[in-house]
Amino acid sequence: MTTPILRIENISKRYGKKDVLKGASLDVNKGDLKILIGPSGAGKSTLLQCINFLVKPDEGRIWLDEQEVHYANKRDLYAYRQKVGMIFQDFNLFDHLTALENVRIGMVRVKGMGKAEAGERAVLELERVGLKEHMQKYPAQLSGGQKQRVSIARALAMDPKVMLLDEPTSALDPELIGEVHAVIRDLGNNGMTMIMATHQIGFASSLASEILFMEDGRILERGTPDKIFNHAENARTQEFCSKITELYGERG
Amino acid sequence: MTVEYGDTMRHHVTIFHTFLGAIERMPESLIAIMDALPYLLQGSMVTLVVVVGAMGLGFALGAPLAVGQVYGHPALRRFIAVYVWFFRGIPLLVFLFLFYFGLCTALDINLSAFTVAIIVLGLISSAYQSQIFRGAILSLPEGQLKAARALGMSDFKAISFIILPQALRLSIPGWSNEYSILLKDSAVTYALGVAEIMARAHFVATRTYQHLPLYFAAGVIFLVLTWVGTKGLRLLEERARIPGYSPQGS
Repeated sequence: MTTPILRIENISKRYGKKDVLKGASLDVNKGDLKILIGPSGAGKSTLLQCINFLVKPDEGRIWLDEQEVHYANKRDLYAYRQKVGMIFQDFNLFDHLTALENVRIGMVRVKGMGKAEAGERAVLELERVGLKEHMQKYPAQLSGGQKQRVSIARALAMDPKVMLLDEPTSALDPELIGEVHAVIRDLGNNGMTMIMATHQIGFASSLASEILFMEDGRILERGTPDKIFNHAENARTQEFCSKITELYGERG
Repeated sequence: MTVEYGDTMRHHVTIFHTFLGAIERMPESLIAIMDALPYLLQGSMVTLVVVVGAMGLGFALGAPLAVGQVYGHPALRRFIAVYVWFFRGIPLLVFLFLFYFGLCTALDINLSAFTVAIIVLGLISSAYQSQIFRGAILSLPEGQLKAARALGMSDFKAISFIILPQALRLSIPGWSNEYSILLKDSAVTYALGVAEIMARAHFVATRTYQHLPLYFAAGVIFLVLTWVGTKGLRLLEERARIPGYSPQGS
């Protein structure tokens, strides 16, 4: 029996009168790749943002390495966020910094590393995502796929224990999706623990250790890719999976 | 109709004679300008120090005010809104007199007119500059702050290293405006006796009766200073531009 690296218990979030999350719980073991699927508005993005407290949950508790995260304590919160990398749908690279500086800034300003040392590490991370030759370019000079790979390098440079990926390929042209998927696949093969929201179920089912179907702020059903895509128990899961399969191509 | 026409003609003739008179006095005017020019140019140095000082003070106060108004506690935001309303609402001349003849005398503070000019123009400018920066901060995508927080940055670090460097770049066109307004407003400080361009032009004009050439020269000096400053800021804008990133879509 392994203890989960990340424990998420009963997270709820309300915006005004709307319950966006209604008690979502999730245990993530080291090396897991959990995939969140579900219609837009299901709460996938809110759940991911609650996990690193970019959105403050109204209820719920989170443990990383069996340590509960007390997010009201700023020092705890900043330390925890360093260990949880976040990848956004629209990249959110820092527009005034080059690719290299984007990757370096967290190490220098948050971890307090020297510029030279952080720079060397940044080059390594950019090399890992295949962008070493573009390191002096600014975000506006990069394609969407390149931007997303820089943002992955930026997160990796902080040595995260868990990565959260919020629809990392949704804003990309179809032909650029592959290069980002290759990087994520590579991360998975190297044992990175990840939680990812995506509509790319072909990719998801080939990599995921577990698929979680979300709707209306709840995790309705969870299981292996085979179970969710081929033998779902819940009627809504079946309906959603068959629709999304039509849209996003073949499984596996 | 004829009468009106005749009146207009006579009027034109009068203007023509005045104009001729002015041309006849041209050498005299030129001499007056040449004589006063070194004195006026010294004044333009005073003007520049006042304007640059006020812009610097306005920046030092305006940037934190903008950050406070965007990210601060609601009570702080209200306070800043009142501050901005106060310093934008009182005419410069009233404020100069209030500070120099009023406050300084009442509180027995010994400040030179020059110092008061910088402080008052700087305080007023801080209110305007805070709104330039606020607009620039609000125009940045929300994701910039989120991404900085996600790396583990405190809000202070995120604002210092991510938000402000971008917002300040976007503020340069607004600064150019602020500079030219401050430059012209600085002429009002002559009322306190600050030896800037206007005060010196006035001083010479009333003693030599060469009003037209001297105020004309003062105006030209202001125009040149406006041109130099806005050109300089334009160059700064070019230099600070992020490669590949062009808000104008060029």
